[in-house]
Amino acid sequence: MSETPAPKGKGTVFVRVEVCKGCSYCIDFCPAKCLAFSKEFNAKGYHYPVLAKPEACVGCDMCGLYCPDFAIFGIRVKDLEKAKTK
Amino acid sequence: MSDTDTIQPVNPVLAYLRQDRLPHIWCPGCGIGSTVNCFARALTESKLDLDKVAVVSGIGCTGRVAGYMNLDSFHTTHGRAIPFATGLKLGNPDLKVVVYSGDGDLFAIGGNHFVHAARRNMDLMVVCINNGTYGMTGGQVAPTTPLGATASTMPYGNFEPSFNLPFLAEACGAVYVARWTVFHVRQVIRSMKEALGKKGFCFIEILAPCPTLYSRRNKLGDGVDQVKYYKERSVIKDGADAREAGLTFQGDIVCGKFVDRERPTWLDAMNRHYSSVIQDYQGEGHAED
Repeated sequence: MSETPAPKGKGTVFVRVEVCKGCSYCIDFCPAKCLAFSKEFNAKGYHYPVLAKPEACVGCDMCGLYCPDFAIFGIRVKDLEKAKTK
Repeated sequence: MSDTDTIQPVNPVLAYLRQDRLPHIWCPGCGIGSTVNCFARALTESKLDLDKVAVVSGIGCTGRVAGYMNLDSFHTTHGRAIPFATGLKLGNPDLKVVVYSGDGDLFAIGGNHFVHAARRNMDLMVVCINNGTYGMTGGQVAPTTPLGATASTMPYGNFEPSFNLPFLAEACGAVYVARWTVFHVRQVIRSMKEALGKKGFCFIEILAPCPTLYSRRNKLGDGVDQVKYYKERSVIKDGADAREAGLTFQGDIVCGKFVDRERPTWLDAMNRHYSSVIQDYQGEGHAED
């Protein structure tokens, strides 16, 4: 899992850095345009997505729908808190 | 570490995949993974008993789906996914059988099987990932390669007219025909959910980019550039005439649900016919009945 910053907006994303192949589907089709490529490489040499604008993310999970490598998914903060209390 | 990192929620799709086989072999920018993502979510939304769902694939890049799904699945020989699925369905009519394969497998070598399964209205859901080429074997020309596109066996451009898959499926008698692209993830989930709940031969075509062999050879950029082209040039027309839904090289793509009708399935027709001509017939499709 990536070093996802603490959620500042309504949602956040989780990335499995090691399986990302850097296809940029999630970055190009994010409705809130809140993702960007990382400066770092993963073990395979790809740049992976990071939450560049955490305040803009609404946790709509479109990135999770598009990701062909099952590497990223978005979640709303209130659902995250629900999972936390479980 | 922040609080959210300590919980580490897992990707909801991973439960549907055989994680010991991941990462998958699909190239960066290939759209097949996105359709698998949609299929997993459609299975969640349809609330089907996963022990009653089987996935059958043929050979090819898309044929790998059967191996990655954590369901009862079978990876058949080239083109024979539909005959295998037909046997599976007739041997155990309680199963929901999904054929998940590519355009080369379903329409080139397995074209005959597709035509007849649709004609009989066999109770199958067929998902065809159409990337317009033979991705696994080196980018040869496929029956779905649009006119003018370059392939490794058509270096001066393709001059063979290509199949219009929704029209073919409709003409052969499919009861549900839809076409989407990898860009239309929500619509793909909706169509898959509808097809999972419908009886009869359901056909869903999903256009997907092949960045390594189709896009690069035709100088169309990367996988994501093809998906942007799908976004710009697709026209959603539900109930459109499938005859006018042919694909051209980088032209408009007519998307939507073309056909949604009712016809008796093969098993229903057989039971109805035999109960009318054989006096003590009590078959339900089960061999032991």
